[in-house]
Amino acid sequence: MTTKKHYWNEYQKEIAGDKYFYERSCIRQTFFPGSETAFLRILKEELGKNILDVENQHTCTGIGFYSDIVPLETTMTIVARLFSLMTEAGYENYVPSCVTSFGVFSEIVDLWEHQPDMLEKARNILLETTGRTFELPKNIAHPSDIIYKFREELKEKMRYRLVNRFTGKPLKVVEHIGCHYAKIFPDKGVGKAEFPHVLAGMIESWGGEVVDYPERRHCCGFGFRQYVVRANRGYSVANSKKKFESMQPYEPDFIVTNCPGCTMFMDKWQYTIAEMEHKTYDKKGYGIPVLTYEEMAGLLLGYDPWELGLQLHQVQSERLLDKLGIHYDPNEKYKSVSGRILPNPEKPQYLRV
Amino acid sequence: MGNLYNLLTQDVRFEEALNSCMNCGICTAVCPAAEFYNYDPRKIVDTIQRRNEDEIEALLRSETIWYCGQCLSCKTRCPRGNTPAVLIAILRSVSQKMGYFTESEKGLQQFAISKKIAQTILDTGYCVHPDTMSYEQHPEQGPVWKWYTKYIEEIAPRFGANYHGEGPGALRNIRKETLEEINKIFEATGGKELMRKVETGAKNKTNIRNDEDLLNLVYNRNTSKE
Repeated sequence: MTTKKHYWNEYQKEIAGDKYFYERSCIRQTFFPGSETAFLRILKEELGKNILDVENQHTCTGIGFYSDIVPLETTMTIVARLFSLMTEAGYENYVPSCVTSFGVFSEIVDLWEHQPDMLEKARNILLETTGRTFELPKNIAHPSDIIYKFREELKEKMRYRLVNRFTGKPLKVVEHIGCHYAKIFPDKGVGKAEFPHVLAGMIESWGGEVVDYPERRHCCGFGFRQYVVRANRGYSVANSKKKFESMQPYEPDFIVTNCPGCTMFMDKWQYTIAEMEHKTYDKKGYGIPVLTYEEMAGLLLGYDPWELGLQLHQVQSERLLDKLGIHYDPNEKYKSVSGRILPNPEKPQYLRV
Repeated sequence: MGNLYNLLTQDVRFEEALNSCMNCGICTAVCPAAEFYNYDPRKIVDTIQRRNEDEIEALLRSETIWYCGQCLSCKTRCPRGNTPAVLIAILRSVSQKMGYFTESEKGLQQFAISKKIAQTILDTGYCVHPDTMSYEQHPEQGPVWKWYTKYIEEIAPRFGANYHGEGPGALRNIRKETLEEINKIFEATGGKELMRKVETGAKNKTNIRNDEDLLNLVYNRNTSKE
């Protein structure tokens, strides 16, 4: 047992404990703004942490970089500008909200470590173009790392568990980890690339059961240019489909991911496949709900599902909320901020909502 | 040593991307692009390793180098520490530098990516933004997306977003001074030069001068049988 524990220690990463500089994700702001809000709320209100969200931040260029339309030197200098904001604010622990950004920062810092002349180049160009200077972060952690680190503290505050209240059994959860979290630099991820534990740890601590299925580590199929260009989207949906087919026999109650793109694609591609092929991956035709880890944590902490933004997913979550025993008001679902009841979204032809 | 191979090695990433390939094919076995396309990263790495100038040039003009999705699963698995996906990124970079990208349907798509991603970064400070993701161009997003983008001003604040607002928060307007700094960085580091090169190359090749017409063509056209 001691040997096993010692071995597992090698699979951990350093995750800073407080005073975080937060960088927002383009995809999350666009599709799941409630998850970023929930992350900041959990850190500030539940854990009493110091986390800074500044207004003059911006994209890391990740989608452009990995679509090969933004050159390395450009991305490197944009990263340098983001680090300068952290330095200016007196912070040292960088928290990029997006897994793509997490990959970009890991790659650029690795490049600078191996080729110090490139770091020098970034410093010079940034100074010339903006007058800014920067220090490298002492720690780079993804928000899912931080929730993982404090999963037991959060458990103490949770009102619900990942348990089916009708059967008393643990909910079966598919966890999907964004490729750029640990496949580029295995040491940067909890459990490395072989035993990724960042989401599994949350699920197990909070009462659920992790589904281990054959295509668990296959990419969701985002593929950057393979989604951005309409003509290529077959690549994207086909890879998600491969995963759905593989997980279906295990009858998962929901999917949770730590990557913005994966959350969106695994949700939207279920709709697309349902409409194109009249195929859904649950028995009743509703699809498998896909949550972010903050939505999962927020629900268990008792946050309002409609304030978290669950209505923004195409696969609806009411059946999951029922299993969790979470009370919700259906009349609140489509209300505006001022309380006006908005018209409901159109119903898909095939996917049940 | 040939000229194109030299160009590839001049990329600062080359040294980390290719040590030596023993042709085991594990990269191809794990590759999502190889699942979907007639695509074999092992062959590409081997072509570069053999330094055959004619074959490298053929690659730079091909559809093949545009099939990779940059998931980097190959990096984790290569027993020799190579990164085929980064070699692909280097090939794409050289293909754009040499103007060869216009020889393939998928290479020409760089014009759409430039307009949809790079230009959005310069204009808004975001890679993607709800204002640039219309339901008409993204029918796969489904009716909830159609509904959300219609009522976004009224409903986004419920999720704590600051849509087109001042100050911090999700979807805030990014200040003019910040956008100016981003633009200066793009100009000084070759970001804008690449956008101009892609635009000029795509327009000359297709003889379509109107941005919207060219965008519609390269964004939607899919004649691949592979």
